Amino acid sequence: MGSTSKPLYLHVPEPGCRPGDKPDFSDFEMPRAGETRRPESDTSPEDMRDLAFSIVRVLNAEGKAVGPWAGTLSIEKLQLGLRHMMTLRAFDERMMMAQRQGKTSFYLQCLGEEAVACAFRQAMQPGDMHFPTYRQAGLLIAGGYPLESMMNQIYSNANDPIKGRQLPTMYSSKEFGFFTISGNLGTQFVQAVGWSMASAISGDTKIAAAWIGDGSTSESDFHAAMVFASTYQVPVILNVVNNQWAISTFQGMARGNSATFASRGHGFGIPSIRVDGNDYLAVHAVAMWAAERARLGFGPTMIEHVTYRAGGHTSSDDPSSYRAEGEGSAWPLGDPIERLKNHLISLGEWSESRHAQVTAELMDEVKHAQKSAEAVGTMTSGKSSSSRDIFEGVYETMPAHLIAQRQEAGY
Amino acid sequence: MTQRTMIEAIQNAHDVAMERDDKVVVFGEDVGFFGGVFRCTAGLQAKYGKNRCFDTPINELGIVGTAVGMAAYGIKPIVEIQFADYVYPAYDQIVSEAARIRHRSGGDFTCPLVIRMPAGGGIFGGQTHSQSPEALFTHVAGLKTVVPSNPQDAKGLLLAAIEDPDPVVILEPKRLYNGPFDGHHEKPIVPWKKHPLGEVDDGYYITEIGKAATAREGSDVTILAYGTMVYVAIAAAEEAGIDAEVIDLRSLVPLDTDAIKASVEKTGRCVIVHEATRTSGFGAELMSVVQELCFYFLEAPIIRVTGWDTPYPHAQEWDYFPGPARVIENLHKVMGA
Repeated sequence: MGSTSKPLYLHVPEPGCRPGDKPDFSDFEMPRAGETRRPESDTSPEDMRDLAFSIVRVLNAEGKAVGPWAGTLSIEKLQLGLRHMMTLRAFDERMMMAQRQGKTSFYLQCLGEEAVACAFRQAMQPGDMHFPTYRQAGLLIAGGYPLESMMNQIYSNANDPIKGRQLPTMYSSKEFGFFTISGNLGTQFVQAVGWSMASAISGDTKIAAAWIGDGSTSESDFHAAMVFASTYQVPVILNVVNNQWAISTFQGMARGNSATFASRGHGFGIPSIRVDGNDYLAVHAVAMWAAERARLGFGPTMIEHVTYRAGGHTSSDDPSSYRAEGEGSAWPLGDPIERLKNHLISLGEWSESRHAQVTAELMDEVKHAQKSAEAVGTMTSGKSSSSRDIFEGVYETMPAHLIAQRQEAGY
Repeated sequence: MTQRTMIEAIQNAHDVAMERDDKVVVFGEDVGFFGGVFRCTAGLQAKYGKNRCFDTPINELGIVGTAVGMAAYGIKPIVEIQFADYVYPAYDQIVSEAARIRHRSGGDFTCPLVIRMPAGGGIFGGQTHSQSPEALFTHVAGLKTVVPSNPQDAKGLLLAAIEDPDPVVILEPKRLYNGPFDGHHEKPIVPWKKHPLGEVDDGYYITEIGKAATAREGSDVTILAYGTMVYVAIAAAEEAGIDAEVIDLRSLVPLDTDAIKASVEKTGRCVIVHEATRTSGFGAELMSVVQELCFYFLEAPIIRVTGWDTPYPHAQEWDYFPGPARVIENLHKVMGA
């Protein structure tokens, strides 16, 4: 054997296609809608390991809701959900444009992933806390947070709730159950576990949802969160949003040789389930199931939301230099808004003309909020956040050395 | 008053805080059942239950990261990092998260947590049980960093840290856990149990964060020190026959610049002593402060006596540790200038 040994080589994974290639998702295993079973929420983790290798899908190609996960939402709630997703898309469109117009330095859109946060938010209760990444603005919109406040933050104007201190879209709202976004990837994942531990320590009934992207599951924070969630059987929902791309890094770089992100949960004994992230009904049903598990004391659940980042990473990114042209339209799970729209149409509860009308109505709503926010100021005009605010809030009480520095700075 | 070691004083501070406020929780590696490798949390799990004092997986990132989430929820975590040398995996959670959550969220969320860690050398701990990483915390906006030098302050500073609305890092000089150590490693120490500074107030009190103490009054030269170096400085002054004033800083951020200024204006000379490596060490900050505030009162250049800019050695510990001989040499230098 020794005499025949060959030189070793390093395996560096590559995505199936790159610019110039024809988009190809033939390797993507997609179960039929309704096919994946729905175990009772008290099922032991070892008896539902199959859920980490399937994908819960409710909406079929004809727009019908089928299978054991269907039926968690009323028509009114579905229509509301559609409006939330459409609002988020209109919001993104206007804010991307505002960034191009120079009204802010940066923007980060959720295009194609609207169902994940919007549907999930509807499964949570008041008092629950989300520890989001920067691509869960749908949690705020579906939670009823004012669009104008989001825009004030994006413009860093005088009414910015976080006083110009953070990059656009790094919102914070304790009142709306939305933890302050870090921008350092992954750090919030383990914090959500700690928040839920505190709820359990306090004998409270609230739960937390942790959020992380596929790429950031490589961070140590992800693994620390899994260890702690597993050890203390923490009432937390561990969401991995697999949108296939972390800037130019394809999901295989973080996933490595494991079959799915969800299957990472198995080594920790954490029940793990994959869901069609572009299927509003499926995301909601799985979120309800995981939340029930947490609230009943069955511990953590990991959810892999399988979706696709239809836009660039941020306003500073051009994905055409690393992704194959047309990959987004070839994505097998389609567009979340189109799919919910078609479902409601198939039920006779929506129509193309109503859709066009609501699209216009929501765009007006967004423009109205934008007008109000811009009347206060943008990053380049009007009233901006004060430079005095650099020094405020570093500590609850400003120490002497900061008072001196603030005076030195002229404030 | 009860005669306590620094370990007992720290344990007592936890006990007092947990008794007063049921939101206080304590956790870390070996902290629960065993009561900590140094025994600083002994008996707390038995008294307050596993929900308030518990063991964690060996994962410093996880310990501090979960504590950040708990503080955001509204309970008060005190975490123990078993040795300061092990804190680095948690550094991002301390620097980018705990320290900035109040500021970055516009005060929407806050992060009042306490991170305790035994630090410093003098125990033949080698490079992974001897470091003094205080400058890595003092450099971070949003953190407070304190270093007690006796049992009374160790308890008072911990109780103050628990009540503080912002994150506080406490570096506990482990060489002082059982008694004051002046660097004369060849001599036995007087244990706190038999030392006047081992007298600790019972019950609740705080030692204000941001206030230095005068450990020895003097008129010839000011020695700025903290932790173990307070006793090295006192020994050096007395052996050299130089009437040095030793300022025990206690709190590095916020820094008691008034106390520093008053002393250096009085003496006109300043020596700074710390165990940590020299380059970009906290002594550099102290030297800047003294120069900025007291330049026209200075009669000699400021001198630093520090650990060398090398990893902390094992067998050669006493050639690394800034003991009395090196301080004396530099006291003579600053007096002769």
